[in-house]
Amino acid sequence: MKHTINQVFHSGKFVVGFTILMTTLFVVFVYPLFIKEPPLQIIGQGTFFPPGLYVNTYDTINAPTTYTLNLSDAEARRIASRLSQDDRVAMQEWLVAFGIPEDEIDIENTEQLLTQWEANYDPNLRLPGMTFARQRYFQRVNASIDGLLSTEGAIIAARNAETGELEETGVVKLTDFANINDVANVRLLPLGTDNFGRDISTQLVAAAGVSLLIGLVAGLIATSIGLVLGLMAGYIGGIVDDSIMFVTNLFTVIPTFVLLILISFSISQDQRGAITIAIVIGFTSWVWTARAVRSQVFSLRNRDHVNLSKLSGHPVPRIIFADILPYIASYVVMAFILQVSSAILAEASLSILGLGPRTTETPTLGLMMNWAMIYQAHILGKWWAYMPVLLTIALITFSMNLMNTGLDQVFNPALRD
Amino acid sequence: MARVMLEVRDLTTKYITRYKEDVYAVDHVSLRIEEGKTLGIAGESGCGKSTLALSLMGYYFPPLHYTSGEIIIDGQNITGMKPDDVRKSILGREIAYIPQAAMNALNPTRKIIDFIGDVVRAHEPGWNKQMVYDHARSLFATLGLPAEVLQKYPVELSGGMKQRTVIAVAVTLSPKVLIADEPSSALDVTSQKMVIKMLRDMMNSGFIKAMIFITHELPLLYNVADEIMVMYAGQIVEHATAKQAVFDPLHPYSKGLMGSIIVPESGLRNVKLTAIPGVPPNLKNPPAGCRFAERCKYVKAECKVTSVPLYEVGYDRAYRCVLTETELRRVYQDGE
Amino acid sequence: MASKTNLCLSGTGVTKVFGFGRNRTLAVDHVDFAFHEGEIISIVGESGSGKTTLAKMLLGLISTTEGEIFFQGQKRDISSGKKKKEYWKNIQAIFQDPFSAYNTFHKIDAVLLDCIKLRGGDRLPKEEKVKLMTEACSFVNLKFAELTNKYPFELSGGQMQRLMIARIFLLKPKILIADEPTSMIDACSRATILDYLMKLRDETGMTLIFITHDIGLAYYVSDTVYIMEHGKFVESGTADAVILRPQEPYTRRLISDVPKIYEEWDLSTV
Ligand SMILES: Nc1ncnc2c1ncn2[C@@H]1O[C@H](COP(=O)(O)OP(=O)(O)OP(=O)(O)O)[C@@H](O)[C@H]1O
Ligand SMILES: Nc1ncnc2c1ncn2[C@@H]1O[C@H](COP(=O)(O)OP(=O)(O)O)[C@@H](O)[C@H]1O
Ligand code: SF4
Ligand SMILES: [Mg+2]
Ligand SMILES: [Mg+2]
Repeated sequence: MKHTINQVFHSGKFVVGFTILMTTLFVVFVYPLFIKEPPLQIIGQGTFFPPGLYVNTYDTINAPTTYTLNLSDAEARRIASRLSQDDRVAMQEWLVAFGIPEDEIDIENTEQLLTQWEANYDPNLRLPGMTFARQRYFQRVNASIDGLLSTEGAIIAARNAETGELEETGVVKLTDFANINDVANVRLLPLGTDNFGRDISTQLVAAAGVSLLIGLVAGLIATSIGLVLGLMAGYIGGIVDDSIMFVTNLFTVIPTFVLLILISFSISQDQRGAITIAIVIGFTSWVWTARAVRSQVFSLRNRDHVNLSKLSGHPVPRIIFADILPYIASYVVMAFILQVSSAILAEASLSILGLGPRTTETPTLGLMMNWAMIYQAHILGKWWAYMPVLLTIALITFSMNLMNTGLDQVFNPALRD
Repeated sequence: MARVMLEVRDLTTKYITRYKEDVYAVDHVSLRIEEGKTLGIAGESGCGKSTLALSLMGYYFPPLHYTSGEIIIDGQNITGMKPDDVRKSILGREIAYIPQAAMNALNPTRKIIDFIGDVVRAHEPGWNKQMVYDHARSLFATLGLPAEVLQKYPVELSGGMKQRTVIAVAVTLSPKVLIADEPSSALDVTSQKMVIKMLRDMMNSGFIKAMIFITHELPLLYNVADEIMVMYAGQIVEHATAKQAVFDPLHPYSKGLMGSIIVPESGLRNVKLTAIPGVPPNLKNPPAGCRFAERCKYVKAECKVTSVPLYEVGYDRAYRCVLTETELRRVYQDGE
Repeated sequence: MASKTNLCLSGTGVTKVFGFGRNRTLAVDHVDFAFHEGEIISIVGESGSGKTTLAKMLLGLISTTEGEIFFQGQKRDISSGKKKKEYWKNIQAIFQDPFSAYNTFHKIDAVLLDCIKLRGGDRLPKEEKVKLMTEACSFVNLKFAELTNKYPFELSGGQMQRLMIARIFLLKPKILIADEPTSMIDACSRATILDYLMKLRDETGMTLIFITHDIGLAYYVSDTVYIMEHGKFVESGTADAVILRPQEPYTRRLISDVPKIYEEWDLSTV
């Protein structure tokens, strides 16, 4: 036993898979210690905030100390961030369509471009052939470049409590800086937010945990049922075998996933918790474990060491536990790992179809995919809403399959290189 | 003097195990086989028979490694040839090998004709299906096997037929020398006899020119081989004609082996079987002197000191023991 | 001589059918036999002739489809677990393939301790048990001290088969069925195994049933030989009568197919 475990951990593939899985588990357990807010809390008003470091503007302005830094490239950066190359090209297009000769426009000369724009642009004018959306786009560009070349700084005003008048309380100069350590509210959203404005990274960690739990529960159920039925069919044989094989064949003929869909569908949504789904998946995916265990037990039963055990007067339970189970243990472990990873995939597929667990408590990897899909993250190019989820699913199943291949190489020396 | 089909001089090969230990499974073996002759190799499990068979082909792959010695097949010295050249121009054509338990290692999803196709195409890549099939048909006709077998899968064949088919696949390119490693040990007596008859017919018709036959079943070896080499712990300990080896063995180990023969012939019921006590030495560090010393009834102090050379007796006989021929004959006489 | 002693194991019309419908195999077909106490019997047949199936029925490891088996003249009763255990004190086996006859997860000691337990020696003090095991191992020229705490796969085929004999030595059953005990080991170790089996028989006077396809072996060891073909006994009698003067064509063919050293091995008759 010790020797076997030793060998298992000498298999490179297993170790890599195991490390990935353990790292995932570590993150799942440690992350909530630092970020305590519930994974489904809506923090953002609006959809799909991109990943990044979010700094509270109010706190920044009111930071205790203001520093002045004279940076030579500050202006260029500011202009670039508000007026992109694409915008410049678009502005030129508008001006040309409006009637300005093309050779009079130099899009690299920001000042001249802005002057020309200000002189001619009319937000209410819809040039021939321009779509409504395009008109809106130009309105947006127009708004964003407003005051772009101003050197004035921004005036901060507060409402006087008595008169209700706005009174100037300060000026934010273009060279003013706040130290981010002085800003009270800074929030890192490494993966941005989703369509509801929820932090995707927090959600992803929680979802990975729940999906692993679903996999574990489903895998345990499927493996136990498969093991018990396979043992009974293989060892007792006869009529027991025939009836178990009959049921197994029924399950084989009906595609498991269709069955899964039907069962999920028939449970109302508010009864579908994560564990319920796990149980449903477990109860529909034991078939091939049972078949495989049965055929293994079948050949083991005729092995002479079982006969010898009988001749030594051992009772049936002991024969099953001591002479049969150890021989199929490695196999069952491998089957279990595969069951876990396929249950995670099954949950994901169910949830994508909208048949996963109810959506109010916990996220699962499948639900996250479902949301991303419904809110068209993939069409809108909001990659952070689905790519990390896909990668997590891939990573978990990949690590398990890797562990499995590693185990296979240890247990079937014929596959070793 | 007849043509020498295979000559091996001082061949030494070793396994390098996963733990980087050397196992000298073939230690300075020399042999020669003339045209039309069968050389038998006998010895107990683990003495290096299969390793010798593998080594004789001059094609080494890990964990087996060449150390020293020469292999000359029908006048062509293949020592030092590149492995790829050996595979392309020697294997299957000059010398062919039937591995132990090969018949149980056939890929069950392929037809017999496909195995033959593999062998043929390794040497004649241009051949199409029809050419391979025609070749296989005429091969099977020559060997007296039914052509239907070509279209069957291995599981559809009985043990005896499967083994004969394996032999046919091995000799597809009519090699000069055939090495058969325990070709009939897993078969019942009737199938065994058919396999032996097929091999014998191949020799008689000149389809193959010489054969090496490996088995631990001495009565079988006696009937198949012209000469017998007895192997012990990687070395040849006796080399004699089949008759001498069985009825007049010189080396104490051969003597012991021959004492374990049982055949259903009158008189043998009352002969006492002689078992050799103990186990062969570990080939990772074989003893310095005679390797059989631990188990030998006649061991002397000098046996354990230096390695014992192979002494030639007359033209076609050799044995590896410090005792002289007369001394050995005398101790055997006293024993009985 | 054999018929004078008491009947030990006998059977009438013993039959075993596996499967049904198109998969029906008649493995053993209405065989009658009478084995006497202290006799050495060989059952010889080609592979698939039903030898192992018959052995398993004799051992009570599988049920008979038809026919009766008698133990010491009485109808054998192994209907309950307890009765089976009692029966197995009297009849034991050595199997063909030593590599599959041991549970690879259990140490060698467990195999031998089981035997002591079956003989009712469960409560013996530990030294007493070790003494018994040491004695059994030394009977087959193995050193218990070297074997203890080892796993079966650390032994060679010949050593494993000898350990099987040590097991029988501890159990001292009235009947031993040896199913091809030497077919998986080389000719050299075969003599050793036979040696110990015969020595054990001489010491305990047990009835020894050899199951084999090796006619030479059957001839060498047995008093009585049964020849089996397709589940039927086609010929039986003393070893000399059956092997040297076979009556049935099947027996004759079988014997002529064995390579010999004194007579010509006629290859033309295949
Ligand atoms: N792949 C290997 N790596 C290391 N050692 C090996 C390997 N194969 C065989 N050996 C060792 O080489 C020696 C000779 O083995 P070989 O298979 O040639 O014996 P053999 O005479 O053919 O035995 P058998 O009658 O069982 O077929 C043995 O000691 C064996 O343990
Ligand atoms: N458990 C089994 N189920 C079905 N058929 C079997 C079983 N065991 C043996 N047989 C069949 O019974 C016949 C006799 O087998 P067996 O007794 O093992 O022969 P032997 O020991 O003489 O080689 C063979 O045809 C074999 O395929
Ligand atoms: S050299 Fe010595 S030990 Fe070796 S076989 Fe001869 S007598 Fe025996
Ligand atoms: Mg070999
Ligand atoms: Mg059998």
